[in-house]
Amino acid sequence: MNKTKKRFTEAYLGIYGLWLLAFVVAPLLLLLIQSLNVPGKGFSLENYRDFFTSGPYLAMTVNSIWYAFLITVITLAISYPLAICLTKLKHRQFWLLLVILPTWINLLLKTYAFIGLLGKGGLLNQALSSMGFGHSQLLFTNGAFLLVAAYIELPFMVLPIYNALLDIDPLLPAASRDLGASSFDTLKKVIWPLSMPGVKTGVQTVFIPSLSLFMITRLIGGNKVITLGTAIEEHFLVTQNWSFGSTIGVVLIIAMALTMALTTDKKKTRKRGRK
Amino acid sequence: MKKLLMTFLAVCCLILALLGLDFALTASRAQPSSQKGQTLTFYNWGDYIDPSILSDFEKETGYKVNYQTFDSNEAMYTKIQQGGTNYDLAVPSDYMVAKMKKAGLLAKLDKSKLTGMDNLNKQFLNQSFDRGNQYSVPYFWGTLGILYNTKRVKGSDLTSWSSLWSDRYKNRLLLVDSARDILGMTLLSQGKSVNDQNKADLAAAQGKLSSLMPNVKAIVGDELKIYMAQGEGDLAVTYSGEAKNAIEKNSDLAYTVPEDGSNLWLDNLVIPKSAEHKQAAYALINYLNRPDVAAKNAKYIGYATANQAAYQQLPKSIQNDKAFYPKQAILDKLQVYQNFNSYWTQAYNDAFLEFKLGKS
Repeated sequence: MNKTKKRFTEAYLGIYGLWLLAFVVAPLLLLLIQSLNVPGKGFSLENYRDFFTSGPYLAMTVNSIWYAFLITVITLAISYPLAICLTKLKHRQFWLLLVILPTWINLLLKTYAFIGLLGKGGLLNQALSSMGFGHSQLLFTNGAFLLVAAYIELPFMVLPIYNALLDIDPLLPAASRDLGASSFDTLKKVIWPLSMPGVKTGVQTVFIPSLSLFMITRLIGGNKVITLGTAIEEHFLVTQNWSFGSTIGVVLIIAMALTMALTTDKKKTRKRGRK
Repeated sequence: MKKLLMTFLAVCCLILALLGLDFALTASRAQPSSQKGQTLTFYNWGDYIDPSILSDFEKETGYKVNYQTFDSNEAMYTKIQQGGTNYDLAVPSDYMVAKMKKAGLLAKLDKSKLTGMDNLNKQFLNQSFDRGNQYSVPYFWGTLGILYNTKRVKGSDLTSWSSLWSDRYKNRLLLVDSARDILGMTLLSQGKSVNDQNKADLAAAQGKLSSLMPNVKAIVGDELKIYMAQGEGDLAVTYSGEAKNAIEKNSDLAYTVPEDGSNLWLDNLVIPKSAEHKQAAYALINYLNRPDVAAKNAKYIGYATANQAAYQQLPKSIQNDKAFYPKQAILDKLQVYQNFNSYWTQAYNDAFLEFKLGKS
């Protein structure tokens, strides 16, 4: 009995290993090779040198990191209280479903919906003008870009935090209160540290994709926000310089790996996240 | 464990069922075609032919048309270059014809199999990208120009590209997100060519372009027409085809080509070298060259047709529309894009990227 079970596990691991090799390791290797293979010059580090000595690309990198950071902070500020509220509600599953629901809709559709909401004759402007504020420019502003990006990333932050909060033994906050801690102290000293794994996972699942957003920067930001995602899109689709596009891709992957390394729990006992 | 296994099995069953359904559906669709002559794979831009023309063509000739679409010349190029699907007829723009020709992706046209070439307007034949039309047959053409809202902008103020730099358009202008077009129109405003390959000229154009920044509200892609129709911008630099779509949605909009000239773009029918049903492809080219068919197509698409005989059959209101069929004096000043090598493609795009970055 035990033997067949072991064999089953081995077979499964084998299949999964092959999958990883074909669809994760191989593409990454190809990307790396592509980035080193400069057209007409053969293998060289030229692309990397160009990247790190070019003002515009460094500016874009700083932009990408700065906006990804802002999006993450905004999402976290909204998600944490929301997750706490969710754990206290009666029909948790139902409310949770409402949070997850937007992820069932295609990203592009949601973004287009925001064009309708934020536009000149859009719902938000109509509401503002009916309250006597007059029309204001909402689309193509940094604020609008941050709003839409945070809205799209929200479920990916709420879920891990919610799960981490549910895992906290309810006796611990109760004990904290019994021992005379105020609810703020309980939050700060008991709940926040215990929910840290969820927060870290949430930060990873939001920060990393935010680094390479590109559709929203154009549709909502009107290309007033330029990130590395924009540059990659351009190199692959317009100039067809796949080699340089890959270089930017590799730089982004390294940035992501760094983020993971900084936010991953060393003791790693639980595994949770988007996948 | 058992539960997990059950879920896993259920997912597998679902996948199998869907695959089976997909197979059954494709089989039922493919069957009639295999009995009745060949299937021609037509690779075209989205919504770039009157669908009834395709069904008429199928009825008349017995060929089946498998219509597939792309959204950029570069995407189409990559797909055809990588093989996989054998496309029998494709519709690249001017500079892309040159690029595909150079890469050996196009089949030379057998002129004896083509009919209706006399119907085409001489103006659009024998262009620099394909001398003697050895590989391509013009389909539709258009220009780069200015789309504006007649309620807020006077058309008579837009006689030259330089007028876009005027203070009165502060934060009101939308630009199409394309390096070649935006730098091209800047070069034109400086009296240079859209195909300029001179570092100093490009640097000067980039300098002038950066001073346009205060007027630019956003740099967007295909969604430009939606934004203009919604009144999000008061004027925009875009293509005549996109302008046409926007005007259909909002009748306050109008389109004009500045008098200092502009880019002329031409979309062309070509047969890729890898085509398997060349006979059918020739049949479709000839069918589309027929004046009545081309006129019907032009009415549906709304772009300017390269078929002179079809143009004669169009209603007077379309024929006299100077925005889309400009007068000869402007036609003479239009320039077709030449295919740049990778160095110049990169140079234009880098200049444009720096311009966009200057914004934030």
